[in-house]
Amino acid sequence: MSNINFLKPDKSNLNTFLYLGSFLFFISILDVFLNSFFKVNLTGFLPNLLSFLFPLILGFIGLHFVRIEYSGIKQLDLINKHINTSNFNAILSLLIIFVVIKSIPPILSWFVIDASFTGDSKDVCSGSGACWTYIKVWMRRFMYGMYPNAEQWRINLSFIALALLGSVGYFATDKFKKYLTLYYVVIYPLIAFLFIFFFISGGPVFFDFSYGIIAAILSIIVGFFIPSKFKFYYFLIVPFALYILLKYFLFFEEYIELGKLEGLNWVETGAWGGLSLTFIISFFCLIFCFPIGMAFALGRRSSFPLIRYISIGFIEFWRGVPLITVLFMSAVMFPMFLPADFFIDKLVRCIIAISLFEAAYVAEVIRGGLQALPRGQYEAAKSLGMGYWKMHIFVILPQALKLVIPGIANTFLALVKDTPLIFVVGLLEIVGMLNLAKTNPEWLGFAMEGYVFAAIIFWIICYAMSKYSYNLEIKYKTDR
Amino acid sequence: MNFKLKDLGPQLITVIAVVLIFGFFTYNAQINMEERGIEFGYGFLSQESSFDVQFSLIEYDGSHSYFRAYLVGLLNTILVSVIGIIIATILGVIIGVARLSPNYLINKFAAYYVEFFRNIPLLLQIFFWYFAALRALPLPQDADAIFGVFFLTIKGLYVPSFIWENFNIFFYSIVAAIIAIIVIRIHAKKLQETQGKQLPVFLISIGLIFILPLFSFLIGGVSLSFEIPQLKQLAATSFVYDGGLSLPPELIALTLSLSLYTATFIAECVRAGIQGVGKGQKEAAASIGLNPNQVLKLVIMPQALRIIIPPTTNQYLNLTKNSSLAAAIAYPDLVLVFAGTALMQTGKAIEIVSITMFTYLSLSISISILMNWYNKRIAIQEK
Repeated sequence: MSNINFLKPDKSNLNTFLYLGSFLFFISILDVFLNSFFKVNLTGFLPNLLSFLFPLILGFIGLHFVRIEYSGIKQLDLINKHINTSNFNAILSLLIIFVVIKSIPPILSWFVIDASFTGDSKDVCSGSGACWTYIKVWMRRFMYGMYPNAEQWRINLSFIALALLGSVGYFATDKFKKYLTLYYVVIYPLIAFLFIFFFISGGPVFFDFSYGIIAAILSIIVGFFIPSKFKFYYFLIVPFALYILLKYFLFFEEYIELGKLEGLNWVETGAWGGLSLTFIISFFCLIFCFPIGMAFALGRRSSFPLIRYISIGFIEFWRGVPLITVLFMSAVMFPMFLPADFFIDKLVRCIIAISLFEAAYVAEVIRGGLQALPRGQYEAAKSLGMGYWKMHIFVILPQALKLVIPGIANTFLALVKDTPLIFVVGLLEIVGMLNLAKTNPEWLGFAMEGYVFAAIIFWIICYAMSKYSYNLEIKYKTDR
Repeated sequence: MNFKLKDLGPQLITVIAVVLIFGFFTYNAQINMEERGIEFGYGFLSQESSFDVQFSLIEYDGSHSYFRAYLVGLLNTILVSVIGIIIATILGVIIGVARLSPNYLINKFAAYYVEFFRNIPLLLQIFFWYFAALRALPLPQDADAIFGVFFLTIKGLYVPSFIWENFNIFFYSIVAAIIAIIVIRIHAKKLQETQGKQLPVFLISIGLIFILPLFSFLIGGVSLSFEIPQLKQLAATSFVYDGGLSLPPELIALTLSLSLYTATFIAECVRAGIQGVGKGQKEAAASIGLNPNQVLKLVIMPQALRIIIPPTTNQYLNLTKNSSLAAAIAYPDLVLVFAGTALMQTGKAIEIVSITMFTYLSLSISISILMNWYNKRIAIQEK
């Protein structure tokens, strides 16, 4: 206990340093805590700057004293190892602790304590806190856009049904597991489409589209049984032929009338909006951009130069332009490229534009996976006598897609985050609805609440997606 | 030559399909334009634009041509991108390094930052800053000065502007300093490779870049003074700041959100790059007696940069493309000025949208060509 060197704390005076250091550290935390929660300034007698820096200096000295290597006290060693390795680190740790303590009271009071939750008019929001009443009153608009209130059960029903059908995979027994891919790739999108078409739209908006989907799915199913040699020609001709057949020869206007559910009003797509539109657009773009992207990824690695150059051109074009100009193009330029009597719904144009745009990114991600596969896989498949399509469907793509799960998840995340951009063409999903609500003369001045609300929703969606993709990555990780 | 007839079929059909689709589109476009009486052509670019732009870097008003309006938009886009890239890089590198810190608090803080800003749509962030956060700023007459010279108000940020005399001499001195630094670096590298000597290149560079411009002040007759913004009353309740440089709130909101958002991605690139250098490299470098500084400078950084730079350039490109979201808050960038206002006035949808897309396209393709060249140059030469 003889000579204590305050500049170099060591183990021989452990207790002295420990008590002194923790005391100083405790005082500094207490000072900031009282200051921020109770507005009491312990060091008010000191000059301004010194009073401001007082806790930092005190805490710094305290942490310096307790920085004793191999002290033998487990907790102390843990603290030293994690937040107190050097003087610089100690200052940074202190700053972060102080910032957290300082920012808790204002955030808490804005979010909860001073906020108003009850009531249904602007008058209750007089406090300094957030006005969650605004969110409550506008909730239906934020969720469903301009969709008529009386019809909103249709959206709810569709989404609940789709969520239930989507979770089938978790309950499937081993016997049915092998059909799950077919279910999710072909049947589930079809069901989803029918739901959205019949229940949410209730009208012939998508009918043209539905022929296309039926044609595509039928031809894919039959395509499995076509010999590899003719598959290319098959896929080039049959889907289009089927589409034309369905549209012009098998289904007539009367059938369309029959196909409508009685009693459901048609709600035009312009009235769709809010969070449900975000989901609908993300869902469709997700379904469409994946096969398109896969096709262009294969095209870019094709041995036919012309197909390769066309794919490269397609991918580089979409990757080089911002989405907002693509949407501009779909809004003002695309109608010029179509025959005068040919009208495509605004929402459909949007979905096509976003799908093509994201498909280019998906293509690049999948190409990365294809390139990462060792040549041996291709050669082994070929030596078994597999053709191009068989080789890719059964050997290459399953492995390549497994490799690129994180990349694809990132692209899908980007897709979800890009959906607010559709404000360019006048469709209002949640962010667009917020901007509309903000300008309502009765509810001026609540922009902050709205954006915070939307940010929380988007954050939850995106964070859940990224965590899910991480789990998938772990689950499908195969060692080579 | 292994030309096969069999290979020709699929290619021919694809090409025919592409040609048919494009032909269909152009045919319809021609008919539509004839019906509406629109003529195709880029002649409108030299016509008088007759609209005004709030914020422009070059002299512009309604009497200038559409081409000049295009330039105004392009320059504004580049301005936002460059500022955004600089801030995002600095922030991204700090966060990325913090993500690897042994300090638990710093590590978690950086991780939360990344998770938070990455998972919120950029457009929402721009709206948040512009409509919610910056609207809460004080009016010009109530604003307090920051360091006595900056004024952050609801109408924008006012900063002192520089008034140079003999600016060209100052500029030449900086150019001379940069050239001298490059020469010294080459010389130092040669010295190290041939004789193993190490020059303190960093110190010399810093010295040069300060001393040469200083000489230009002392000898070259360069002088610098500041014009501090002054509060000026326009009407009973209307105040503005006069003099100095004013940055509109749109620009601030846009650069802020772009750099905060992109910094998260850059941080992940930096982290991946530093983690990607094998632990063995560090240990090997330490075991041959390099000090920690040298380990970082000579062994870790050259390898980490090889991993970091390509994805980071990609992020720069993304930032540039994302800057087109400026249209949402009425910052006069390329999309708003040209694809917005000019399109509304002329109605030349095809020409204007194609020019806009081509501009972005050439920007990104030129950068990716540069990137490929750089990648080839720094790739490990395997034998």
